[in-house]
Amino acid sequence: MPIRTVMKANEAAAWAAKLARPKVIAAFPITPSTLIPEKISEFVADGELDAEFIKVESEHSAISACVGASAAGVRTFTATASQGLALMHEILFIAAGMRLPIVMAIGNRALSAPINIWNDWQDTISERDSGWLQFYAENNQEALDLILMAFKIAEDERVLLPAMVGFDAFILTHTVEPVEIPDQEAVDEFLGEYKPKHAYLDPAKPVTQGSLAFPAYYMEARYTLWEANENAKKVIDEVFAEFEKRFGRKYRKIEEYRTDDAEIIFVTMGSLAGTVKEYVDSLREKGIKAGAAKLTVYRPFPTEEVRELAKKAKVLALLEKNVTFSVGGALFQDFSRALINQEERPILVDFILGLGGRDVTFRELDQVLEISRKALAGEKFEEVNWIGLRKEIL
Amino acid sequence: MAESPFKAEIERVQREYSEKMTPGAIVYIPGSSVINKTGSWRVFMPEFHREKCVRCYLCYVYCPEPAIYLDEENYPVFDYDYCKGCGICANECPAEAIVMVRETK
Ligand code: SF4
Ligand code: SF4
Repeated sequence: MPIRTVMKANEAAAWAAKLARPKVIAAFPITPSTLIPEKISEFVADGELDAEFIKVESEHSAISACVGASAAGVRTFTATASQGLALMHEILFIAAGMRLPIVMAIGNRALSAPINIWNDWQDTISERDSGWLQFYAENNQEALDLILMAFKIAEDERVLLPAMVGFDAFILTHTVEPVEIPDQEAVDEFLGEYKPKHAYLDPAKPVTQGSLAFPAYYMEARYTLWEANENAKKVIDEVFAEFEKRFGRKYRKIEEYRTDDAEIIFVTMGSLAGTVKEYVDSLREKGIKAGAAKLTVYRPFPTEEVRELAKKAKVLALLEKNVTFSVGGALFQDFSRALINQEERPILVDFILGLGGRDVTFRELDQVLEISRKALAGEKFEEVNWIGLRKEIL
Repeated sequence: MAESPFKAEIERVQREYSEKMTPGAIVYIPGSSVINKTGSWRVFMPEFHREKCVRCYLCYVYCPEPAIYLDEENYPVFDYDYCKGCGICANECPAEAIVMVRETK
């Protein structure tokens, strides 16, 4: 029987890792993800998880050890956040390029300077071009589920890409919520054992991994990464469907909420989606035709689903906790790209909010609504809006 | 000069590696770097004087390529396909049996 209990997203991530039975975990503690390696090292020490826990001196070493382990042919897990992820940067590209299905949990946190340990998405967004798959959890249950599914998606022969699952720092990492821990047998059946065909160590059949590619080969190697990302779209749908069948929880690349006759749809990711759905309920009560949409999958970018979503609204309000300079936010860039050649497209309005752990409440969302309604009414509006900015101290 | 003992292997690697891109650009026959003939980098080449050689194998041990093999009588043999002319062997040789000379084509 699955156990229903309460736990933080960090613990949920550690439990997901335990259920997936990785053979090697290498991680360095960093706020707000520290509890993940702590909990996993407990599992290993208590004999509850039969794995090698490698204590390393930095995140650069953590991911390097994971690359080594995954290249040796075993299921591998790690966790980090913010500056730690940034320190992994060069090896992230190597892991993807070598097509190693490592899974990593991230407590989404702001990047320095100034030093800030609180939530936004700048850390993972900054790695969006690394080739890793990216998932964003709305709550602690999703953190657990998405990590389990990330293993299955990453290890699929059509994909073979590393995957990161992000959940908001403190809002989720340190907040206790009800979580259902699935049965070990059910997870074993769902995931199966990782049996790599491409990358593994066998003294009888030696291979060279991560070797040099001359200009005659490099482009093709990069293209296969592109292809794998495209293939992942279908695989993600399949795995989400199978997960729903086995565990009863439904996932979509883009989860829509009350979008059917909506004029304004608020689009976001992570824990903010919960707040936005509540907000949409409150607007509906006032007769305002609003809807919400949440990206669970950010890489591969769900272009087709975005186009479907775009057909339903006159204004898409993009709520994001990251900055892409001169553009606005990453979602604004991605949505613009997805819709640019479409005949009919909604107005896109970008909102940068909640950076570095600033609260996003109904008050901030009221400002989002006001600007979105201006855009809807055909009035002048700013394409990029910083919500909750304290201009008076500038 | 002796023919490279990797000749057959090199041909196999060239054939297989150039046929199909594998996931992660993995090379299923390791040692493909032997295709990379570093001999073309050379400006100076080691000239070997067999009569002076005391067969101490210091050159063999120190060559970073490694471009030195031993023949049946345990004298060093230089593989000029891979010798990049760094001069380490000449520097290490206690018997001055190796002299670096400017290469002329
Ligand atoms: S010159 Fe350098 S590369 Fe060439 S044989 Fe001597 S040590 Fe080796
Ligand atoms: S170092 Fe000089 S003496 Fe020793 S084996 Fe090489 S060539 Fe001969």
